[in-house]
Formats: sequence, C-alpha cells, structure tokens
Amino acid sequence: MATDNELDCRHLLCPLPVIRTQAQVARLVAGDELEVVVTDPGALEDIPAWCRVHGHEVIATEPSGDEHRIRIRVGGA
Amino acid sequence: MPEQPKAVALISGGLDSMLAARVVQDQGVHVEGINFYTGFCVEGHTHAIRSKDQQRPKRNNALWVAEQLGMPLHIVDVIEEYKEVLTNPRYGYGANLNPCLDCKVFMVRKAREWIEANGFDFIVTGEVIGQRPKSQTRDKLPVITRDAEVEDLLLRPLSAKLLEPTRPEREGWVDRERLHDLHGRSRKPQFALARSLGIEAWAQPAGGCCFLTDASYSAKLADLWQARGSREYDLDDIMLLKVGRHLRPREHFKLIIAREAGETRFLQGYKRRYPHLRTISHGGPVALIDGTWDEHDLELAARLVARYSSGRNAERVDLELEDTEGNVQSLAVPPMAPENVPDAWYVGGDHGDG
Repeated sequence: MATDNELDCRHLLCPLPVIRTQAQVARLVAGDELEVVVTDPGALEDIPAWCRVHGHEVIATEPSGDEHRIRIRVGGA
Repeated sequence: MPEQPKAVALISGGLDSMLAARVVQDQGVHVEGINFYTGFCVEGHTHAIRSKDQQRPKRNNALWVAEQLGMPLHIVDVIEEYKEVLTNPRYGYGANLNPCLDCKVFMVRKAREWIEANGFDFIVTGEVIGQRPKSQTRDKLPVITRDAEVEDLLLRPLSAKLLEPTRPEREGWVDRERLHDLHGRSRKPQFALARSLGIEAWAQPAGGCCFLTDASYSAKLADLWQARGSREYDLDDIMLLKVGRHLRPREHFKLIIAREAGETRFLQGYKRRYPHLRTISHGGPVALIDGTWDEHDLELAARLVARYSSGRNAERVDLELEDTEGNVQSLAVPPMAPENVPDAWYVGGDHGDG
C-alpha cells in the first residue's frame, strides 16, 4: 500500500539529496511512494540515477519555480 | 564457500575502481559499490552554483560508474567522522592538506564495518602499486590492510598478482590467475584493460576527486583554521571555500566575494550566518564578511567590494552592510584601484577569476 511521504532536500547540494533519499527509502517498502523536493539541479540527474541502480522508479519530475519535485516509487529489490 | 560470493567495491568515480569492480564482477561475484562523502569530494555541485557552468554535465561519477556496471551504489555520509581524519592524520599530509593514507585506511575500515553489517564477504579497491606516491606504494598497502583491521578480506584485483594471496583468492571465490599485475604511475595499462573489457568511456576528473589535493583550496582551509585558532569546521565552512574570491585584507576578517550571479544567489543563502555587503548604486556582487572589524576595516571592505562592481571606475559607489539580524547600514566609498590590492590578500593566491 502506498504511503504519502515528502522529503525536504531544499538547499542541499549533491550528493546530500541522494544520501537523504537513500536513508528515507530504506525505511519504506516496495510500492511506497516518496516525493523529494530539491533545489540543486544536480539532483535531477543524481536521484534518478540512484533510483535506476537500485531498482526504484521515478514516476514524475515536476519543476516548481526554483524547486523540483521528484516522485519515486520504491521497487522490490 | 558462499553460494555466490558478495563483495563491496569502493567506487570513487574514476577508472581504477571501475575496473577493479568489473574484474571481480566478471568472475561471477555479486558486487555492490560504496562511495564515501567527506564534504571535500569534487562533485557537480560547484557547477550547480555557478551560472556559467549550468550547461556542464552534473552527473555524479560514482553513480555513473555504478550504472555502467549494473550494480547498486551506496553513498555514505562520513562528514562528521572525517573531521578526525583530516585534523589529526596519523601519517600526515601529502603536498597539500590531503591525508591520503589516513583517508584510505578510514574508508577501508568503514567498508569493513559495512560488509559486517550487510553480510558481504570481502572488499574490493582499485589500488595499483606505485600509482600514487603517498598511499599506493608497495610498503603502504599493507599499512592500510593492517590499520583498517581488514585482515585478508581486502582484494586489490588490479595488482593482486604482485601481492600475497588474500582469502577470496585462497578460498576460490575469485581466480587469482584472472586478476592483474598492474603497477607504476603509467595509466596506459589501465586504458588497455578498459578497452579489453569493452569499456569505452570513463570519467577523467581534472585534479583528482578531492579538493584537499588542490593547493589553493588547502591554503584557504589553512587560512580558516589559522584565523579561528582551531581546526574545527562544519559543512558550510568547507562549501564556502569552494565559492567566490576569498580576500583577507586584515588578520581579523576576510571577505568572500561572489564572482557572478550564481555565486551571489548561493552566498545570499548565508546572510543570516554572516553579515554581508552589497552594492546599491551599481550592479555588483554580494560579499560575506567573516571575522570582526572596526569602521576603518569596514571602509576597506566596502572599497574592495566596490572594486568588483560595475562602478569600479566611478568616483563613488554606494553600498549597504546588512547584519545577520537584517539591520542595514549605508556606506559610500571610492572603489579601490586593482593595483592597490596586494596579491597577499588573495587567500591561496587565488584571484578567483577561473
């Protein structure tokens, strides 16, 4: 069952948004969703890359002013 | 023998660790990568700050390597623990403030803790005998193994044939004959091995993967410690050393002056931690002031900031000083002529135009 989770990574520079995402995903189970809010454009490359190597899915990336919201669905790996 | 042996490979994002992981993967070992974030890693984030670098690729090379090799990568925050490594290195520093040998011991020890916690069998690194003068000489590799208390669970696939067999070799988890005997400073054998494995692309980070090997950066860090009278630092301190021009016109204060719009935006994020100067009558940079100052110092600081504004040739430039509470003081000063700014004021000799 999906849960609503938001992770605030505003003003963190890479790779800290990836590290925080990694820690948060470790607390979730397959099928859960997590929305990560970032301001470092580098996170738009790094978080999807991290998701790909761990078998998680980026289901949406939405720009919102200087922020971006990356929505992740946790995989079963 | 484990059903399928499992190894964790230290991944820096460069070629050697990529090759080491791949060589072990090719022997049927399950390999996952681990990358340690010390705060000094050369990452895309400095490019993310500067407007002119916005079009540069911002990829994290360690993640890129993991993706090329089809393996998970664990990025571990070691910022706090690394302070002890940097400020009190048992084996001292290299040419700059780079404690390479202590750093390697620390990372291998952390990897050992990781394999114990995660049920993995051994550790893989991309070390090559003789590749680096400080940490990868033939006599230093055993020091790393000993001090990291990793016994014989540390496999260096690129130089393994020149080293004593490790447990993964003795137990048959990997075939020693299919490991390598690379040594020396030349990079050509690694390039040849990469091509033989079908690896056509790899990251070639200019100046290595750590800011501490950079002379100018190290000088700025040494200056910070000297000014504070202590070697304490936090992540914001070491991030700020990567940004802007750093000028210390007096022992008791320095200026961090943005070089362009992206850095101005970044430095504005620190306006509740440091007082800052900004030009009003002309376009110009934001400058943080770190330290203590009197009225004469403030005028000097304002003249320096004005020198980097579009009013550098004007008779007078108006500025504002805003303290960390948001209180504003107005100033009007003649910009300092560039020839009157001594080179010694540029911390690390870095005029910050690069």
